[in-house]
Amino acid sequence: MTTTEMMTLKTEPFVLNFGPVHPSTHGVYRMRATLDGEVILDIEPVVGYLHRGIEKLSEERTYSGFIPLTDRLDYISPMSNNLGYCLAVEKLAGIKVPERAEYLRVIIAELQRLANHCIAVGSFLNDTGAYYTPFMYAFREREKIVDLFDMVCGQRLTYNYMRIGGVSQDIPDEFLPALKKLVEQMSRWVEEYDFLLMQNEILLARTKGVGILPRETAINCGISGPVARASGVNWDLRKNDPYSIYDRFEFDIPQGETGDCYDRYRVRVEEMRQSLRIIKQAMNDIPAGTVRADVPHLIRPPKGEAYAHLEAPKGELGYYLVSDNSIAPYRCHIRPTSLINLTALREMVKGWKVADLIAIFGSIDITMGEVDR
Amino acid sequence: MATPELLIQNLPMQVVPPDWPGGYWWHWLFFTVILIAFVLTMVMGVIYIERRGLGRMQSRLGPNRTGPFGLLQAVADAVKVLLKENIVPDKADKLVHWLAPVVAFVPVLMIFAVIPFQNGALLADLNIGILYVVAISSVATVGVFMAGWGSSNKYSLLGAMRNVAAVVSYEMPLVLAVLGVVLIAGSLSMNQIVVAQDIPFILFQPLGFLIFFAAGCAEINRSPFDLMEADQELVAGFHTEYSGMKFAMFYLVEYAEAIAISAIITTLFLGGWRGPLLPPWLWFIVKVFIVFFFMVWTRATFPRVRIDQLMALAWKFLFPLALINLFVTAIQVLVWPDALPWIVIIINIAIMVILVVSWSKLFKLGWGRLNV
Repeated sequence: MTTTEMMTLKTEPFVLNFGPVHPSTHGVYRMRATLDGEVILDIEPVVGYLHRGIEKLSEERTYSGFIPLTDRLDYISPMSNNLGYCLAVEKLAGIKVPERAEYLRVIIAELQRLANHCIAVGSFLNDTGAYYTPFMYAFREREKIVDLFDMVCGQRLTYNYMRIGGVSQDIPDEFLPALKKLVEQMSRWVEEYDFLLMQNEILLARTKGVGILPRETAINCGISGPVARASGVNWDLRKNDPYSIYDRFEFDIPQGETGDCYDRYRVRVEEMRQSLRIIKQAMNDIPAGTVRADVPHLIRPPKGEAYAHLEAPKGELGYYLVSDNSIAPYRCHIRPTSLINLTALREMVKGWKVADLIAIFGSIDITMGEVDR
Repeated sequence: MATPELLIQNLPMQVVPPDWPGGYWWHWLFFTVILIAFVLTMVMGVIYIERRGLGRMQSRLGPNRTGPFGLLQAVADAVKVLLKENIVPDKADKLVHWLAPVVAFVPVLMIFAVIPFQNGALLADLNIGILYVVAISSVATVGVFMAGWGSSNKYSLLGAMRNVAAVVSYEMPLVLAVLGVVLIAGSLSMNQIVVAQDIPFILFQPLGFLIFFAAGCAEINRSPFDLMEADQELVAGFHTEYSGMKFAMFYLVEYAEAIAISAIITTLFLGGWRGPLLPPWLWFIVKVFIVFFFMVWTRATFPRVRIDQLMALAWKFLFPLALINLFVTAIQVLVWPDALPWIVIIINIAIMVILVVSWSKLFKLGWGRLNV
C-alpha cells in the first residue's frame, strides 16, 4: 500500500430512511436515500402506507355515494376532487349542469386552488427551514377561504359539496359580499407576502437553481400542474381542454423558465393571482337559477366508459369510470396528480444535499392521501 | 500541593472580595449556587420569551394556559420531562450516550463564571476572561458530538457532524470580532472590558458586533444556522435518540448557550451592567433579554441555510470582514488613541455600511451552485 492510499480516508455511502414518520414527508411517504455524507446519491421511494383501497370501495357504493370518499383523496383540495368525479359521472350519463351551478363550481374550484397554494407555498417555505412563520401566515389566509366553504356547505375540511349535475345547495345571501371582501384581502395578501419573500437572500440561495426539472423530463414523466409549468411546459387543462365553463374567462397561464424550486414557487404565487382574476369575473357574471339538474338519487348510467380530467391545484386529476348500467361503477380509476408528479423526484434530487432533498420534495407539493388512495 | 487560596492569590489581578466570612471557599460556593439558580431561572425566562414571542410573530398565541399568561409552562414541561422514561437505544454506546448531556452542559455553566453581573460581582475575575470563554464554549461541541456518535443513529451523526463543522468554522470570525473589543478596552478581563465602556462598544465596533452576533448564532445553532437540529431534515439532529431528563439537559444546554452568548454580547458590546437608574444586575438581565429577543426575531424570520452555504458564509463573508475590522480597529487604536469618540464612531459605522453592502454585492450565498 502506497502512502497516498493510506492517507485517503475510506468512505462509503450509507442508507438513510426518510419516513414514513418524519417531520417533512407531508404524511407517510418514505424515501430510502443513499447518502455520501450530505450528498444524495440515490433515493428509492416507498409508498403505500396510507392505502385505503378507495378505488375498490367505489364499486361497493352508488355513484353519488362515492363523492364523500373523493374528499379523502387530496384532502388539501377536496373540492377539486369532488368536481373531477362529478364531471366524470356527468360525462358518463350525459347530464347537463345548470348555468348557475357551473359558475359556482368555477368559483369554488378556484377558491380551492387558492387554499391549496397557500398550503403549498407555506409548507414549502417551512421545508426550507423558515420556522413555521410563513406556514402560519399562509394558514391564516387559508382560514378565510375555509370560512367561505363553511358558509356554502357547512364543512371545513371534507366538503362533499359537488353533486352529480350541480352542487348540493345554493350559496347563502351573505356569500357573495364575503367573497368580494376575500378577493380584495387576498390580492393584497399575495402582493405583500410575495414582496417579503421574493428578495430574501437565503430563500433565493436555497431555491434558485436547486432541483432543476428539465422540460423533456417533465413531459416524459407525465408531470402536470404547476410543477410542469415551472419547467416551461405550456399545459393547463383549463386552456388546453376546457371543461365546465373555463373558456368564458380571461386568464393567463404562468410559466417558469428553468424549472427549479424557485420557479415552482413563483408559478404558484402567479397562479393565485390568476385564480383571483377568474373569481372576480365569475362573481360578476353569475346568473340566477337552479343549482342542480334533475338527477335521480340512484342513477344508472348507460353501459360504457368515460374519462374526465380537470386542472386540480396540483395538476391533472383524472377519473376513469366504467359503467355496467348498475347503480355502482363497475370500475373506477383515479389518475392521481401527486403520485405521478412524484415520479420525477428521483431525477431532481440526485447530487443535491439532504437539505435540498427536503426543499425539492416540498416544492412538488404532494398529498399522501392522493398518492396512496 | 497548593491550596485554592494560594492559586488565586498568585493570579495577577484580584477583585474577589477578601473580607467575606469564610474567605474564598464561601465566595465560590455562594456564587456557584447563584450562577446555577440564575442560569436555570433565566432558561425558564427565555423559553417563555421564545415561545410567546415566536407565537406572536407567527400570528398565534403560544402557551398561555399554565399559570398567569402561561408563565409556568416551562415548569410544567420540566416536571413532565422529569417523569418521562429514559430510553437508550439498543445499539447505543451506553457510556458515551449517558455522558454526552453532562459534557455539553457543564462548559456552558462554566462560561458564566466570568460574566460580571455588577462591578466585581463575578465568580472569578480572570485576567484572561474572554479567552477563557472562547476556550470553554467550544467544549460543549464535544458533548454534542458524543451524543451524535453514541446514539448510533444516522440522523444524530449527521447533525453532530454539521455542528462540529459549524463550530470549527465560526470560531474564527467570532474570535476576530472579540479581538477588536479587546484592542479598544485594552484588557481581556470581562470586568475590565465593561469598566472601559463609557460608551458601549457596539458604537465603536458595529461591524464587530454584527459578525459576533452572526457567528454566535451559528455557534449555538440558532436559526438561520440551526442545521444541527434542523427538524425538517434531521428530525431532531443530535438529540433524536434522547428522552426524559437527558433530553431536558440538551434542551437546557440549548437555551443556556443562548443566554451565554447573549450575556457575552451584552458584556462585550452593550456595556454589560452599566446603565442609569436601574441597579446594575437588572440592567445586565434586561440587556440579555433584549439580545435574546433579537435571536428569536431572526428565528421567526429567516429560512435555514444549507451546510455548504453555512461554510461559505463563515469563510467568504464573515472571516474577511472580521480581519478587515481587526486591522481598522488596530490602526485606530494606534494612530488616534485620543481621537474624539464621536468621530471614530461615525467613521466606523460608515466603514461597516460600506463593507457590508459592497461585500454582499460580491458574495452571494451560492444561489444553488453546489461544489461537492
